[in-house]
Amino acid sequence: MTGIYAENSEGIFKKAVLEAASYASQISNGQVTAVCVGTPNAGEAEKLAQYGVTKLICIDGISAFDAQVYGNEVAKVMSSNGISQVVVANTYEAKSIAPRIAVLMNASMATNVIALPDTSTGFKVKRAAFSGKGFAYVTLDRANKLIAITPNSTELKEQPVSIATETISGSGSGKTTITSTSKAAGKIPLTEAEVVVSAGRGMKGPENWGMVEELADLLGAATACSKPVSDMGWRPHGEHVGQTGITIKPNLYIAIGISGAIQHLAGVSSSKVIVAINKDPEAPFFKAADYGIVGDAFEVIPQLIQAAKAAKN
Amino acid sequence: MKILVCMSVVPDTTTKITFTDNDTKFNTQGVQFIINPYDELSLTKALEITEKSGGSVTVATVGLVDADAVIRKALAIGANDAIRINAEPKDAQFVAEQIAAIVKANGYDMVLTGRESIDYNGGQVCGLLGALLDWPSVNVCTKIDVQDGVAMFERDIDGGRQSISSSLPVVASAQKDLCEPRIPNMKGIMAARTKPLNVVEPVSSETASTYISFETPAAKQAVKIIDAQNAGQLIDILKNEAKIIA
Repeated sequence: MTGIYAENSEGIFKKAVLEAASYASQISNGQVTAVCVGTPNAGEAEKLAQYGVTKLICIDGISAFDAQVYGNEVAKVMSSNGISQVVVANTYEAKSIAPRIAVLMNASMATNVIALPDTSTGFKVKRAAFSGKGFAYVTLDRANKLIAITPNSTELKEQPVSIATETISGSGSGKTTITSTSKAAGKIPLTEAEVVVSAGRGMKGPENWGMVEELADLLGAATACSKPVSDMGWRPHGEHVGQTGITIKPNLYIAIGISGAIQHLAGVSSSKVIVAINKDPEAPFFKAADYGIVGDAFEVIPQLIQAAKAAKN
Repeated sequence: MKILVCMSVVPDTTTKITFTDNDTKFNTQGVQFIINPYDELSLTKALEITEKSGGSVTVATVGLVDADAVIRKALAIGANDAIRINAEPKDAQFVAEQIAAIVKANGYDMVLTGRESIDYNGGQVCGLLGALLDWPSVNVCTKIDVQDGVAMFERDIDGGRQSISSSLPVVASAQKDLCEPRIPNMKGIMAARTKPLNVVEPVSSETASTYISFETPAAKQAVKIIDAQNAGQLIDILKNEAKIIA
């Protein structure tokens, strides 16, 4: 039996969860059980059903997030429902409880999985490794398996079914207490963004980011930055993409005034299309890019903004 | 406070990644090995905590004898002692089971890991240890502090930040921004030579996974250059040629 952990983001199942559902239904025998904590909004279960989820089990009665309590409760429900392979999306939340589910189910676990398994001999998955500089093929050898998939890397394949919903009560009090939470309202989280506009030292100072943000807004993109820019405090560290920052995999990555050091490329090289804008024609980024513009950011960005506005109208 | 810092030995961040033996092994030829950058943060943070409120910092690594030079660097940065579990680090689950055995044998108030290693990028060991020890776990921390027996964290969550506190013992993983990594000084390097580096044999562990082969990303086609004087046409190309934006 195949199951997914359906992360409940304030009542919503995000695209990453739907990708997990789609992946699970493609490796299942036609029955997929999703387990979530809390109560999703009306209509959310049907979103899962679009991608092959036949049953949704909601665990009620657990107040705040605690990795230990969530992990224990979700693993218990999965085991009692005969689930032997679990698919989760590689988000921070799922990553904090997935290892716990793996231990409690005595499952083999792989994270950063980017393709459907090859089951011709054993159960072999392809995962990203070496911070974007390589891929590994690894077999999951225990009878139970847990696969954490990278958002934006597997196909969302519609497979409409009807879904049954069940609510059960959970229990357990955690040893952690959440004292405050802050979320950037209205911003697209970098790891989920399909388009990312990123800028580096070529912007000369934090005061010049207005045009980067305007271009990002027009393209429906999230903004990112290079390591030096986050180190200098021009931009929040949460925007830093690269080997020691966030690894992203958008459909389109536009790099403005970033030279393209190997550590930066490691975090973005899996993007489907890369555009590099740099005034130095020798910038290494041009070797990793699909499209390039050799020019000054302050002359190029306004032209892009104008063209993006024109394209919208 | 007794703190255990889990350390991976990884290729330097500038390494060009290649594979040998018909793409079944990582090519270590000419590669410089370093302390995993995130583990360097957890080591520094552990030292800050014990310097403030007393205690000791032990570094644990799963690795063969060639890891010793990097472990000595961790001792030079300031760890009191080190334990090397004498085995190839096969996968995250193997590593976590080895570390869990050390924690159960020696007892610690806090175990720190990195957010992930920069070679296999699993990001699993913190949560695995939490489950194996039945301890609370807090991952991707940008702040860690201990006051009056309570651990306080700030951590990254999807799309934001969260402050969280926990009783001890607890396991946590370090995210960038946690602190500035320390660089060993001459005194530290001298002292490291005589600090204890205990080698222990691994406990038995059921195989979880097997690395079969590797590949490097496919080479990119040559870049298409767009005239900077007519940069606006990029939008048209992305829309109509690459069909990547709506």
